[in-house]
Amino acid sequence: MEPAPRGPIALLAHQTRYELLTTCRNPRARFLTIIFPVLLLVIFAGVFHGTTTVSGVHVKLSRYFTAGILAMAIVLGSYANLVIVIATLRESGVLKRRRATPVPAAVLVGAQAISAVATVAIMSTVVLLVAKILYGIGLSTGAIAAVACTAVLGALTFAAIGYAVSGMVGSAEAAQPITQLTTMPLWFLSGVLIPTASLSGGLRTIGKIFPVEHLANGLHLASVHSTFSGSISGTDVLVLAAWGLAAAAFATWRFSWVPGNAAT
Amino acid sequence: MSTEPVISVRGLVKRYGDHEAVRGIDLQIYRGEIFAFLGPNGAGKTTTVEILEGFRKASGGEVEVLGLDPGRAPASWRSRIGIVLQDSEAEPGLSVRESLTMYAGYYPAPRDVNETLALVDLSGQADQRATALSGGQRRRLDVAMALIGDPELIFLDEPTTGFDPAARRAAWAVIGGLRDLGKTVFLTTHYMEEAERLADRIAVIAAGQIVSEGTPRTLGDRQLEAARIVFSVPVGSSPSEIPPELTPRVRKEADGRLLLPSESVAQDLYILAGWAIERGLELHDLEVSRPTLEDVYLQLTTDPDYSEGSPA
Repeated sequence: MEPAPRGPIALLAHQTRYELLTTCRNPRARFLTIIFPVLLLVIFAGVFHGTTTVSGVHVKLSRYFTAGILAMAIVLGSYANLVIVIATLRESGVLKRRRATPVPAAVLVGAQAISAVATVAIMSTVVLLVAKILYGIGLSTGAIAAVACTAVLGALTFAAIGYAVSGMVGSAEAAQPITQLTTMPLWFLSGVLIPTASLSGGLRTIGKIFPVEHLANGLHLASVHSTFSGSISGTDVLVLAAWGLAAAAFATWRFSWVPGNAAT
Repeated sequence: MSTEPVISVRGLVKRYGDHEAVRGIDLQIYRGEIFAFLGPNGAGKTTTVEILEGFRKASGGEVEVLGLDPGRAPASWRSRIGIVLQDSEAEPGLSVRESLTMYAGYYPAPRDVNETLALVDLSGQADQRATALSGGQRRRLDVAMALIGDPELIFLDEPTTGFDPAARRAAWAVIGGLRDLGKTVFLTTHYMEEAERLADRIAVIAAGQIVSEGTPRTLGDRQLEAARIVFSVPVGSSPSEIPPELTPRVRKEADGRLLLPSESVAQDLYILAGWAIERGLELHDLEVSRPTLEDVYLQLTTDPDYSEGSPA
């Protein structure tokens, strides 16, 4: 009688452990997820004084940029990181070798998604702690709970988008430029590096088409409200979820484990 | 050797648009043997292997690996095979032992990690980063990862490409050891010496078809091939003075020497030596040999009506 294979949960836990190990030991991931956002926060919150508005409420720029840069860190830690990692693993033949084993694709994907969420959690904590310590920016408990939910949803959505985009990235070399190209304009249109209140109506509308604005908006709400319900917007949640599901569907259709799409 | 077929291929065809990469091949690989699949690039070798491994779908014909169609096999089939890919890099960020333990977790009944590391002679490197290994060591780690699930059948794709001779020998020792473990090995290679040294049986593929199959000794009817008598034109004479019984068969080689293919070596040597002695000539560089496996391989994989050298 054949021995029974490990259950899917045990397998997922097994693979997640190694994904986390790999991420911890990856110098680029460490820079992206911890040092870069903190650096940006220190620069922007330190340099820009004055205020802007979030849904009619006046807020100091240091507080505004905390939320904005937190959004950027989430996108970098999930989307950008995954696109680069997957393109590299595909090109180096590692993905194909893993697929040659009995491990289900869902386990490999799930482990990476969990690792992305864990990374985002650590990074968000660091950013909020730095903001609190350096600039006295505090959030109420309800708001923090809302930030946690928004961050997890954001991590999952952008991880799915990362999988979808990586299906279209031809080589590992192209991965970094592509992630930069796709995110750079959005930092300026989505309330990350420039307050949306300072943008024209037209630009604001363009920003709303893409998911980054909705992630950032959720975080901005949490930065100015103190209740959970005030700190989260149903619309933003729905838009993020829709983007995530659409990306997941696209990735399931188009994703290739081998370079050159040789699955035929 | 057992007669139970582990791989059974009948009339396999693979088409890409108008181009037929594999044009109807038959293969049988039996349990416990090392089988070498030889062929030049573009011959359909890689396509065939990828179909056997379940990474590509056949256009026609029947394929059975361990009793199942690879294109439709469940995950449990994958725990009975191991694959060493031609180009793949180490798992990033993990040590040798961690990489192997990660893969071990994918299988229902894996081998012991330390024992497997010892089999591929990597025990000393167990705690090093996998990405820090040399090329030869990484390939041995790939073999360990293919072996960790304790499969019945192992695919080795060009396992020693780019290796220096010492690393190649170390890899051969490991591969030979797989047979001792009772595994069946399907080896693709373009190194003749590797096939000759390791394989129990060899099949040669060229232009999408199997052109020969046999043991290293009998491949291409090698044992029936004419022997080669090669010698330099004696100083003081010319090719036109060679005994007339021999001249129709004599050809000029690329290095200027003369080649006499011979089915009765003693007879031809008697004539040749007699002629030389009669004229007081010496036969420098006289060589009598059987065709190497490389000669046979080149003959099989290039134009069917080949001509060795050119008529003198």
